[in-house]
Amino acid sequence: MKNATDMSQRHDSGFTVEVGAQSGQKLSACYQCGNCTAGCPASFVYDRQVNQIMRGVQLGMKDEVLDSRAIWLCLSCSTCSLRCPNNIDVAAVMETLRHMARKENRVAVGNVEKFWFSFLNTVRAFGRSWEIGTMALYMMRSLRLFTDLDLAPEALKKQKLGFKPHVVAQGGASSVTRIFKRYKERAEREGVRP
Amino acid sequence: MNYAYYPGCSAKGSSADYEKSTQAVCAVLGMNLVEIPGWNCCGSTPAHAVDTELSAALCSRNLDIAAQQGVEKLLTPCPSCLSNLRHTAKRMENPQFRARVDELLDNPAAPDFPGVTSVMQGMAAHCDANGIASFIRKDLGQLTLAPYYGCLMSRPADIMDFGDPENPTLMECLLAACGAKVLDFPLKTACCGASYGIPERTMTARLSARILRLATDMKADAIVAACPLCQMNLDLRQPQAAKEADAIFAMPVLYFTQIMGLAFGLSPDTLGLEKLRVSASALLDKLEPAPSISKTPVEGGQSCE
Repeated sequence: MKNATDMSQRHDSGFTVEVGAQSGQKLSACYQCGNCTAGCPASFVYDRQVNQIMRGVQLGMKDEVLDSRAIWLCLSCSTCSLRCPNNIDVAAVMETLRHMARKENRVAVGNVEKFWFSFLNTVRAFGRSWEIGTMALYMMRSLRLFTDLDLAPEALKKQKLGFKPHVVAQGGASSVTRIFKRYKERAEREGVRP
Repeated sequence: MNYAYYPGCSAKGSSADYEKSTQAVCAVLGMNLVEIPGWNCCGSTPAHAVDTELSAALCSRNLDIAAQQGVEKLLTPCPSCLSNLRHTAKRMENPQFRARVDELLDNPAAPDFPGVTSVMQGMAAHCDANGIASFIRKDLGQLTLAPYYGCLMSRPADIMDFGDPENPTLMECLLAACGAKVLDFPLKTACCGASYGIPERTMTARLSARILRLATDMKADAIVAACPLCQMNLDLRQPQAAKEADAIFAMPVLYFTQIMGLAFGLSPDTLGLEKLRVSASALLDKLEPAPSISKTPVEGGQSCE
């Protein structure tokens, strides 16, 4: 945060209410003990620490929070939730913030989202995820053409990766494709980014 | 005895050895794993990170198939699948949420879903430590193992029902029943860096290095994993972790089913050991024939449940 106690900044109390409602968490219970940050395995790559994110949400600092890199680098390990003395599911708050940021097309760490969609596109096509397909899509999207190339010789030698996708039989793959189609259509109807 | 089974996508790709050893060990224990027909990907982390309802729709399709089959309990080896399926079952108890998810499915999901549990818990429910000990054909007494669960298997506690969320002990119980020496491994539920090995390699390398370093310092012969992604990060990505930590690691990372299979006298090929990047040959050299095939109860051989 630039300065979390500087009350002259623009606050959006509606944002606080919305995060509380969507995550189902009582955000006012956070008293900044810092346990979430102390236990967070990803803290060393965060621009804002988890407790700062929680404070930002309480203060309605929507831009600061939704534009942070931290919400994209969260590993969803839920150590923070486990160790919160006030039983706030902090990981659920982080996930809610990712959802909200995505829907508004504010993605501070684009490659993370590109990886997710590379994975999900293989699921949409075949009904099951496909590792080589995910990697290929990710390299194209991120323009990181050498991602994990150092692993390739060993992975191929040990046949760790399947060259052919596993397609769900008995119409299962198209049934999964329809789930994605309905999801996308509904998001468009509701005016949010799918 | 038949058990309904959801292998998860990794079982058909990068963790084919987990699948092979799971099937082999369950067969020895008298557990016949039957895949539910036409199962699909649970969506893993990407689906729930993008949208909770999308994730729940992918999971509900599987839970619905199991329900239509009259399944009471579904077993899965993968903690990520387990987490997603169990989260979905819980969320679908909310009628508004269920209605939103049903909109995404071909047909509304069955009103009641079967319970989902890990293969590890399924084994412990199927037979106690004495039962496991009765299958031992090799002496693992020379092996010192670091049990590693990763973060998803036991968290969140209310959803996963896997004992203490920071100190689960089921794997220790199974490995001890197989005769191995089991370390009290402090990082057993620490995060390995998950799927960020691809978009944020440094983070995953550092987190995995921490686990590898501690296991090395504690003189473990192997880390024992229960999650396909953890195993890949610690084994296949071990050189990346070593580079990041400026260290040299030579730590085999086996699935708990591979260790159990070794104790049961199954061949390395049956257990898919050739898939490991860091060879398990040093472990194999330490195995001795079991002194006598003991049918007598092992000390403290009660239920692992």
